[in-house]
Amino acid sequence: MVRYIIKRLFYMVITLFIIASVSFFLMKMLPGSPLSAQDKLSEEQKEIVLEKYGLNDPVPVQYVRYLGKVAKGDLGISFQFSNTPVSKIIKDRIGPSMQLGFQSLVIGTFLGILLGMIAAIFHNGFLDYGSTFLAVLGTSVPSFVFAGLLQWIFAVNLGWFPVALWEGFEYSILPTVALMIFPMATAARFIRTEMLEVLGSDFIMTARAKGITEYVVVFKHGLRNSLIPLITVMGPMAIGLLTGSLVIEKIFAIPGIGEQFVKSIMTNDYPTIMGTTLLIAFLFIFIVLVIDILYGLIDPRIRVGGGEK
Amino acid sequence: MAYDNIPKELLEPLEHQESDQEKISRPSRTFMQDATRTFFKSVPAMISLIVLLLTLLMSIIGPWMNEYGYDDQDLNRAKLPPRISWLEDISWLPFTGTLTETFMGTDVDDATTKALMRFDTDEEFVDIDVIAEGDGSRGSAEVKATFHPYEAKDLHDTYFWLGTDNLGRDQWTRLWKGTRVSMFIAFAAAAIDLLIGVVYGGISAYAGGRVDDIMQRGIEILVGIPNLVVVLLMIMVLNPGITSIIIAMIITGWTGMARIVRGEVLKLKNQEFVLAARTLGASTGRIIMKHLLPNISGIIIINTMFTIPSAIFMEAFLSFIGLGLMPPEASLGTLINTGFDNLRSYPFMFIYPAIVISVIMIAFNIMADGLRDAFDPKMHK
Repeated sequence: MVRYIIKRLFYMVITLFIIASVSFFLMKMLPGSPLSAQDKLSEEQKEIVLEKYGLNDPVPVQYVRYLGKVAKGDLGISFQFSNTPVSKIIKDRIGPSMQLGFQSLVIGTFLGILLGMIAAIFHNGFLDYGSTFLAVLGTSVPSFVFAGLLQWIFAVNLGWFPVALWEGFEYSILPTVALMIFPMATAARFIRTEMLEVLGSDFIMTARAKGITEYVVVFKHGLRNSLIPLITVMGPMAIGLLTGSLVIEKIFAIPGIGEQFVKSIMTNDYPTIMGTTLLIAFLFIFIVLVIDILYGLIDPRIRVGGGEK
Repeated sequence: MAYDNIPKELLEPLEHQESDQEKISRPSRTFMQDATRTFFKSVPAMISLIVLLLTLLMSIIGPWMNEYGYDDQDLNRAKLPPRISWLEDISWLPFTGTLTETFMGTDVDDATTKALMRFDTDEEFVDIDVIAEGDGSRGSAEVKATFHPYEAKDLHDTYFWLGTDNLGRDQWTRLWKGTRVSMFIAFAAAAIDLLIGVVYGGISAYAGGRVDDIMQRGIEILVGIPNLVVVLLMIMVLNPGITSIIIAMIITGWTGMARIVRGEVLKLKNQEFVLAARTLGASTGRIIMKHLLPNISGIIIINTMFTIPSAIFMEAFLSFIGLGLMPPEASLGTLINTGFDNLRSYPFMFIYPAIVISVIMIAFNIMADGLRDAFDPKMHK
C-alpha cells in the first residue's frame, strides 16, 4: 500500500510538473508582453521594469525560476488587478467555491443515495421508473441549462430566491441545487444498480429468513454493502462539480474561483488563467488520488498495486 | 383440482425418438444478432434512436426550411418573439408573436407607462389588461401588457418560427445550423478518439512486453492531466473554431478508448481461438481484423456512444464560458450563451436551444444505456 501511494505521488508530481511547464511555455508563446499597453513608459523605464521582473533573462532561466516559484506557491501577478498576486486572488475567492462545492456534494450524494435506494426497493415499480428518469435527466441535461432555468423560474419569475450574488445563505440555495444535480443523479444510478445486486445476494436471503425486519435488511445489510463501491464514482462526481462550478458561478455571479477563471479568459489575464488552471489541475489529481487510496483502505477486497502480501 | 376437467383425449403421451434429441429447436443466432435484437426490442432505446435521427434530419434540412440565412443580421427585426402563421391565434401556445409581461405601479396609468417604456413603443401596439386597479400606493396596481412587436415594426406578413436573436438573425435557422455544428464536432471528435484509441490500445496490448510498458507509461501521464485543463489550455493557444475544439478534445479524449481496447485485447489474445488461428497460419493483420476486432466491437460502440454526448456537452460548455466558436458561427453552446444573456426579457432565445441540447443529451445517454444492455451477455435470455 505504501509503495502504491509513493508511486501515485510520484506520478502526481510529474503530472503537475508537465502542466506547469506547458502553461509556462504557452504564456511565453502568447503575443504581447505585460508592458505592451504601457505607452507612457520610456524605453529606459521599460528596460528597468523588465530587468526587475527578470524578463530579460533567457527563457530557460526564467523557466527554472518560474518552477521554483510555483513550487513555493507563488503564481505570479495578475494583469487585470495590478500588483495583486494570483495566489491572493485565489485565497480571497476560494471560500465561496469551497462552500458551494461542499454543500452540493454532501446534499447531492445524500439525496442520490436516497433516490437510488427507493428505486432499488421498489424495483420495476412506478417509483423506480420515476427516480431512474430523474437520474437520466440529471446526468444528461447540462448544468448551465439547468441553472439558467432554475434562475429564470425561481428567481426572476417567482422571486422566491435572490437572482445572483453571494451575500448570505439564501444566495447559495439555487446554485447548490443546480450544482448538486449531477452528483445526485450519478449516486442514484450507481446505488440503484449496487442495491439491486446486493439485495439479490444470498446473505440478504439469509437475513430475511432469520426474520430480520425489512428496515434492518435494507439499511444495515443492503445499504452498507452498496455504499463502499460508491467511492469509485466520487472521482467523476468531483470532476463534474469542478467543471460545473465554472459555469454555475458565472451564471449566479458568485465571487469564487470559477467566476474569476471565466472573467480572466474574457480579459486575457494570463497569469490568473494559468494560476487557476494549476489549482484546478492540482485539486483534480489530488481528489482522484485520495479516492483511490481510500478505496483500497476501506474495502479489504480491493488491494491496489498488485495485491501482494 | 383445476386440472380435473381437462379431457383425457388431449393428453397424448409423447413418443420419444432418438433423432429428436439433438435437434435444435430454435434458430441459432450469433452474438451480434442477439445484441441487435435486444437493442431493437428496448422501447426507450428505440424512441431515443428515432428522436436522434429526427434531430439529425432537422439539422440537415432545418436551415433550408425558410428563406433566412443563419448570419443575416438586421437590427430592425432584432429580438422578435416566435410566430408561426397557423398557430398564432392560439393564445396559450408560445407562437403568437407577442411578448407578455406584468407591470406594477401606483395606478393603472403609471403601470401602463412603465410597460410602454419597457417595450419602447406606442400605445396602439400594446394591449393592456388591468389585473389590479391600485389605490395609489406603490406597487398596488398591476397590469398585464401584451406587446405586438411584429405590428410595431411593420412586419405584418413576416413569420420567425422561433423568433430572432439580439442581432435579428432567424433563430430557427440558427438553431438547426447550431445543432449541425455541435453534432459535427461531437461525431468528429468521437471518430478520431475511436481511431487513435483502438490503434494505440490494440498495438500496446498485441505487442506486449516492453512496447506495452512504454506505451502504458505514456497513457498514465496523459490520463493524470485533467481533461478540462488540457482542453482549456489548447483552446487558448489555438484560434477559436471548430477544428481547435475538436483537436483540444481528442488530445486526451482517446486515452479512455485506448485503455478499454487494451484490456479487452489482452483478455482475448491468449484465448484458444486466437491460438487456433495462428496455428492455421493466419497473419497478424488477419488475426486482428478478423478475430480480435469483431470481438471487441461491442465495447467500442458503447464507449463511442458515451463519448458523443460528452463531446456535445464540452463544446457547449466551452462556448458558454467564452472559449468556443466565434460569431456569426452558431452552435448549441453559443446559442445558449446568447440566450442566457437575454433570458430575463426574451426567454424564447434560451428555451429552444436548451430544449434541443437536453433532448439530444438524454437521447444519446438512453441509447448508449440500451446498447450497453444489448451487448452485455448476462442480459440475454
